[in-house]
Amino acid sequence: MAEILSLRDAVAQLVHDGDTVALEGFTHLIPHAAGQEIIRQRRKDLTLVRMTPDIVYDQLIGAGCARKLIFSWGGNPGVGSLHRFRDAVQNSWPVPLEIEEHSHAGMANRYVAGASGLPFAVLRGYSGTDLPNHTDTIKQITCPFTGEQLAAVPALNPDVSIIHAQRADRAGNVQIWGLVGVQKEAVLAARRSLATVEEIVDELEPVPGGIVLPSWAVTAVAEAPRGAHPSYAQGYYDRDNEYYEYWDSIGRNRDSFQAWVDEKVFGMEAAK
Amino acid sequence: MMSIAAARALTGGQRCFVGIGLPSTAANLARRTHAPDLVLIYESGTLGSKPGRLPASIGDGVLAETADAVISVPEVFNYWLQPGRIDVGFLGAAQLDKFGNINTTVIGNDYANPKVRLPGAGGAPEIAASCHEVYVVVRQSKRSFVEQVDFITSFGHGRGKGDREKLGLRGAGPTLVITDLGVFRPDPETSELVLSQLHEGVEVEQVREATGWDLKVSPELSRTPAPTETELKTLRELKAAK
Repeated sequence: MAEILSLRDAVAQLVHDGDTVALEGFTHLIPHAAGQEIIRQRRKDLTLVRMTPDIVYDQLIGAGCARKLIFSWGGNPGVGSLHRFRDAVQNSWPVPLEIEEHSHAGMANRYVAGASGLPFAVLRGYSGTDLPNHTDTIKQITCPFTGEQLAAVPALNPDVSIIHAQRADRAGNVQIWGLVGVQKEAVLAARRSLATVEEIVDELEPVPGGIVLPSWAVTAVAEAPRGAHPSYAQGYYDRDNEYYEYWDSIGRNRDSFQAWVDEKVFGMEAAK
Repeated sequence: MMSIAAARALTGGQRCFVGIGLPSTAANLARRTHAPDLVLIYESGTLGSKPGRLPASIGDGVLAETADAVISVPEVFNYWLQPGRIDVGFLGAAQLDKFGNINTTVIGNDYANPKVRLPGAGGAPEIAASCHEVYVVVRQSKRSFVEQVDFITSFGHGRGKGDREKLGLRGAGPTLVITDLGVFRPDPETSELVLSQLHEGVEVEQVREATGWDLKVSPELSRTPAPTETELKTLRELKAAK
């Protein structure tokens, strides 16, 4: 059964130095509050996994929490580059960042294999691209039935996966709707999981197209209102498009980024 | 002009896999002008989105609210893209070479120490492999239009005709490249991109200067018709709508 914890306690209990950590949420429901709590607790040597390392990972990388990144698209969506990510890859600042690079289809299938309890996934992908030359976790496989050449990618089984969702009930059942991305697969693939939610309610009202992760499939639930900001939570608040633009100016240089971390991440600790 | 020319390439009823930026602008413009039944599919998991404004990202809430169906990301790639259910993939590029191979990964030949680190693959490699056709939109310069890309993120025509078939790729690859200067199509014999259409006010010499290889020009070179009032008005409205 999922334990209901504060965000601070949940991160303290579930995320350890050196862990492989996935924060998922495809444009929608990105667990920003949890990402900033990881920075606040000064976790380091993390292997960060995320299909689209956008602002939340620019923050974690810039703060020096990550040793390695497993991903398929790293940018500030609709705006441009992630400057902290680029600085880490190109200049090893603040620490060197190893990368393991895939396509979206490859990453999605790695989570599916992880959630399915299988060692690998097979897909019709990567053919003719340079990605397999640089990524050890892409191999060719021959179909035992047809002889066709396909791509194989190993399962992703993070130590901990973190997602943000709209609601949970007091028993820790988690409800999500709108763009559901790869969140269910990330939670089911992980050894431990945390769902931050907009609110904890007495009873989950059914939502068309919504999914529920039962309490027994999640390790912990933490209430984090506006915990996806600047991304959005369908039914609660819209995406803060201006913030994505604003991030470009913060992330662009080391000093403005450091000032941001000190004020908005560590500064909030004192305010608690 | 680039978004208008790209919009015109889409026809009604096609199922189109849309990337953010110019592809999204073009697809939405097409849906609001000559192709109202165009089916827009975004990799965030929306099938048949009908947004009333331009989405700010591929996962903009308006895409989910106006979609026929909202599905998970593994489902988009495994059930819809991979088996070939999508007609046109619309891609951008940081670098594009003369055989339509796309680079969105790194600039420079050293992957570990790139001159510029770009966002990476996203959905593009499998879009380029599995859609029936691929349209590429790219702002053209000697830096973006190169003899050979530094990194093949998404496979076009390899080093020439027949390379896609050898790899067992199912779609036809890039059949159309639209830039701010003109339109390019692969030569049916060699698969090399050939200038086939010039936008208004652009001359061949200018295109040549913005191309990093010895450009071939189609004997049937035509002019892109000027934008119509409706196209311009719709585009302005789309861009203004918040």
